[in-house]
Amino acid sequence: MNTHVRRAAAATTAVLTLALLATACGGSGGGGDSKTVTLVTHDSFAASKSVLRDFTKKTGYKVKVLRGGDAGAAVNQAVLNKGNPQGDVFFGVDNTLLSRPLDRGVFTPYEAKGLDEVPERLQADRDKHRVTPVDTGEVCVNYDRAWFADKKLEPPRTLDDLTKPRYKDLLVTEDAATSSPGLAFVLASVAEYGEKGWQGYWKKLRANGVEVVDGWEQAYNDRFTGSRGGKGKGDKPLVVSYASSPPVEVLGDKSPPAQAPTGVAKGTCFRQTEYAGLLDGAKNSKGGKALLDFLLGKRFQEDLPLQMFVSPVREDARLPKLFTKYGQTIEDPATLAPEKITKNRERWIKTWTSLAVK
Amino acid sequence: MLRLDGVTVRFGTHTALDAVDLEVSAHETVCVLGPSGSGKSTLLRVVAGLQRADEGRVLLSGRDQSAVPPHKRGVGLMFQDHQLFPQRDVAGNVAFGPRMHRTGRAETERRVAELLELVGLPGAGRRSVTALSGGEQQRVALARALAPEPRLLMLDEPLGQLDRGLRERLVVELRALFQRLGTTVLAVTHDHGEAFALADRVVVMREGRIAQTGTPLEVWQRPASPFVARFLGFDNLVPATVVGQAADTAWGTLPVPEGTPRGTTRLLVRPGGVSLRAPQEGLRCTVEARTFRGGDASTVTVLLRPHDGPPLEAACTLRDAPEEGAEVGAVFDPREVVALTGPDEESVGTDEEVFETDEDGPGTDARDAETDDGSSRPGLFPGQLFGEDVPKDA
Amino acid sequence: MDLARREIAPRGRTRPRALGTWVRLGLMAVPVAFFAVFFGYPVAAIVGRGLRAGGQWHLERIGQVLGDGATLQVLWFTVWQAAASTALTLALALPAVWVFARLDFPGKRLLRALVTVPFVLPTVVVGSAILALAGRGGVLDEWVGLRLDTSVWAILLAHVVLNYAVVVRTVGGFWSQLDPRQEEAARMLGAGRFTAWRRITLPALAPSVGAAALIVFLFTFTSFGVIQVLGGPRFATLEVEIYRQTASLLDLPTAAVLTLLQFAAVAALLAVHAWSLRKRETALRLLPAEHTARRPSGAGQWTVLCCVLATIFVLTVVPLLVLVQRAFDGPDGYGLTSFRDLAGQAEGATFVVAPLEAIGNSLAYAAVATAIALVIGGLAAAALTVTPRTNGGAARTGRLVRGFDALLMLPLGTSAVTVGFGFLIALDEPPLDLRSTWILVPLAQALVGVPFVIRTMLPVLRAVDVRLREAAAVLGASPLRAWREVDFPLVRRAILVAAGFAFAVSLGEFGATVFIARPDTPTLPVAVARMLGRAGESNYGQAMALSTILMLVCTAVLFALERVRTDSQGEF
Repeated sequence: MNTHVRRAAAATTAVLTLALLATACGGSGGGGDSKTVTLVTHDSFAASKSVLRDFTKKTGYKVKVLRGGDAGAAVNQAVLNKGNPQGDVFFGVDNTLLSRPLDRGVFTPYEAKGLDEVPERLQADRDKHRVTPVDTGEVCVNYDRAWFADKKLEPPRTLDDLTKPRYKDLLVTEDAATSSPGLAFVLASVAEYGEKGWQGYWKKLRANGVEVVDGWEQAYNDRFTGSRGGKGKGDKPLVVSYASSPPVEVLGDKSPPAQAPTGVAKGTCFRQTEYAGLLDGAKNSKGGKALLDFLLGKRFQEDLPLQMFVSPVREDARLPKLFTKYGQTIEDPATLAPEKITKNRERWIKTWTSLAVK
Repeated sequence: MLRLDGVTVRFGTHTALDAVDLEVSAHETVCVLGPSGSGKSTLLRVVAGLQRADEGRVLLSGRDQSAVPPHKRGVGLMFQDHQLFPQRDVAGNVAFGPRMHRTGRAETERRVAELLELVGLPGAGRRSVTALSGGEQQRVALARALAPEPRLLMLDEPLGQLDRGLRERLVVELRALFQRLGTTVLAVTHDHGEAFALADRVVVMREGRIAQTGTPLEVWQRPASPFVARFLGFDNLVPATVVGQAADTAWGTLPVPEGTPRGTTRLLVRPGGVSLRAPQEGLRCTVEARTFRGGDASTVTVLLRPHDGPPLEAACTLRDAPEEGAEVGAVFDPREVVALTGPDEESVGTDEEVFETDEDGPGTDARDAETDDGSSRPGLFPGQLFGEDVPKDA
Repeated sequence: MDLARREIAPRGRTRPRALGTWVRLGLMAVPVAFFAVFFGYPVAAIVGRGLRAGGQWHLERIGQVLGDGATLQVLWFTVWQAAASTALTLALALPAVWVFARLDFPGKRLLRALVTVPFVLPTVVVGSAILALAGRGGVLDEWVGLRLDTSVWAILLAHVVLNYAVVVRTVGGFWSQLDPRQEEAARMLGAGRFTAWRRITLPALAPSVGAAALIVFLFTFTSFGVIQVLGGPRFATLEVEIYRQTASLLDLPTAAVLTLLQFAAVAALLAVHAWSLRKRETALRLLPAEHTARRPSGAGQWTVLCCVLATIFVLTVVPLLVLVQRAFDGPDGYGLTSFRDLAGQAEGATFVVAPLEAIGNSLAYAAVATAIALVIGGLAAAALTVTPRTNGGAARTGRLVRGFDALLMLPLGTSAVTVGFGFLIALDEPPLDLRSTWILVPLAQALVGVPFVIRTMLPVLRAVDVRLREAAAVLGASPLRAWREVDFPLVRRAILVAAGFAFAVSLGEFGATVFIARPDTPTLPVAVARMLGRAGESNYGQAMALSTILMLVCTAVLFALERVRTDSQGEF
């Protein structure tokens, strides 16, 4: 009996010690001190260390990065933590999700320096400035150049092309319910054919043998013939991916080829723009504002492409050679108003699921 | 040295120890004798501090031990099934106690070697305890219990699991050892032979109470009650009315020793006190069975069925033993007749059941060991023969 | 230390019966408090957020969601795939359990470490390995034209690969300590080999088989990564659905109802488990494992051994080898390119930290999580082992114990996203504003580790003879010392196995870790997932390289653990 009492005592001591330790570490790690500015973001956020060091040098603030899952999860966490945020600035809400935090008042207005360099079409919430655009990119159908050359087939260029018999059983896309590019591709079809027509388009697409897999990883790495990560084991020469995927394919090559092994069907694109905002209730809102300025600054904007494989929103930002050589500029990608997306999203996904999956 | 004052332990509705008073003086070896369920193991556990007394006190060297945890009582306990630590070798087991008492390494090693020598296992220190025979384990357990030099050594069925030869040898060895070391010993056993051979004093327990206390000889010669008598293996019991030097029983008129109080009582006739003659010379009986006991005297126990009264046992030599079915006459020797002063109680249960030995074997659930079964009954008086002179022929 | 005893003593003297119960309650206090703060409260908070609006409960949502045919379909799929996975895992693993428990052969320790590796790898990685094995263009596809991707068989196969080790280790550890002579005794009494096993060994094993089955079922019941990678969009478990509702749709009411549904299912399962187990747990005589294993003899034993080795080869070695192969298969043929790229990452970006650093993070988190899980789980197991010295009130205490037991298993059956989001909205006020502290990660990981510790330690603790402790006490060992000298060496194996499990689970934990915002210290699984989420051969190669490193780290840790296991056995 006494054994247990003593054991309990010992263990309690251990737990208490641990708890103290935790509190101590927690205290020092908290975002409350004014020399630190905390950036809450998703898992895909990336920046060069030297760039962040520049920020510290310039402003005196150290950046602490908190990541909370994929883009959707991170946004939802920010929404749930409204009023008592985990940090000062949130980065990583795109136009498909933008209404959610805006409607719930997650952000405080702040007009970041450098907005005048950003094209108007990329600016959302232009009157209130609750969010600042940071990067943009397109979700497009990618094709395997070698495969189409081999088959002496012209790669598709538009959404319409994809329903043509010669492209039967060639396309793989992602589940719109769980995958962000999958949803973007559905939204592209909505933008193109409208509320009435998009369902008919998907019926045709289904009849033409579109395959839906769960996530981008499976679609791109396992099914896409043009993915070198997949070692050409795939069986689909068309995949829904990003406009920036081709340059990434040649990233790190010692002898860069003349052109990327994959191409982009320019008429199939949907624009995703990512925004950042000052969190309501931020403990270091001064530092937060400085960080927003910095995110829109040239230094960070030019660092973006090779870190997150997206394009800068600033028109005066220089693109790296990899992008200018292997990337393609999409002139007029499809897009939809954030409010419209928010309003219909769930219904569209449900309809789409019944059309394309079940 | 050790004193128990009205110690009572209850398990639920069952009383395992019922107001037990007991005293053990320094350098004395006391053996608690009793059938399974009599509370003798609980007694040791209370003294060791492994079991809390519901009432009463345990005093060691005059000091109340209620608030003293087991490890600070300075008593040793040798468990019935040894409970050697399987993960330690022999030396590791023996050295455990000294280590707990912060004895120096060299001193510990010296003591371990000495004790192993003492128990007859010199040089066995590195052996694994799981590879030892039962007797060897017993010796290691003893050495382990002795190693911290306890002021009181308690032994729970110390020789319980050993074969007969080893047991008899070890009993002698142990007694010699305890005398040599001057150890105070409190042992419990269900085997009266073991108790008598080992103890200076025997305490017979029954259902949580002390039935009789005395030297082995006293208890053997003058069992205080039918229970004690039966427990010692005496079955020749008969109700009797004592009138002067004789008693009236179902077996006829029996001679009784001088000084036997008058009145109704029970008589015990030791088998050795029944001699067999021709049928007409004594109580007429039929020989129902004979059991050869062996031993130096080539003893045979003869079960007799008198024409009247309960069955009767007689001991005789092989040469004199009658055939089964023969008619004999039983004659009683007054020196082997004892009047039992304890209360007349027959409802002890069948002997086999009560005297079943295996109290808690190693394979049984450990938790069962804590509870002795049985129910409380009106108790027996402690024997009052303590300190009287002892007859010479035993 | 003595203080604790004295405080208890007066109570014990007046009411000796209650002592066991009090000690038990005292021991339970810490685990209960831990679970209340780090599990009950966050989960209640997120569920409450979903079902409460404007100060009112909206319980009609429950009916709406449950009435939806799609919900029932998801529930049905979740249950049957978990049941099938568990059955399949048991069927394939039990022969291996026997081999590990009763046969002695060279390389046994390495093999035991090896089968555990998939269990600790992130499901994302195992998923890709399974695809490489049985998917399109996988090894089986090329050899025998067998393809399982996007079929339910791939899910089941992955579940078997992942959980094989659970059965082998939990049941095997116990079986190896069972006295084979009992079986021999039964055979002397006329039982055939199989009858003897079924009548004697199986009942003795039942508690640990039950525990293993329960853990496998809970794991597969809440399967997320595997279903995502292998299932395709047609298959969804409750876990996937909860993730979708919470993380992408922010439909908290539906998520709350689904969470409650999952709770109900898990609670029902635990109740059945507790009920079926109640009468079977007995104190058993345990032997040192080294005494029970023998060299294989006879054609039958060799056949079983070979079959088991073949199974392990296909289920474990081949997928792992494929991972390794892909890690070395760089753009310029086989080489260390991917590993060099990985090292290069340290320079430029905050995206991926250097692999060494990620390994460090992972190991540190896992170590802390293991410590927490051991303390909490050890206390809980001790509490569950304490036996009250009375018959009165036993039924009530029994129920209490079972309830406690079940409570501690619940985290295994709770969606990681529920816990992760719950942490964020519940632990957001001082002094418990832990949202951005590193401790949150090990805490979340420990929640999953605790049930393992309890399940592993309980059978052994219950089998330790209390009289050994008493023997130590009368020899002068204080209770704590007695525990250290007697219990600890006896349960050390169990503690080590438990620690290994907790460590492995923490190391591979992904679901909750990825949601918990934290300073920039990704764990290996998170880093792997991040890299798999990018295009390009370089990223894919690096993900595989990192997985290979994780795999090597795990194998090394597990192998070291195996060594410690045997060293401690040497003292037996």
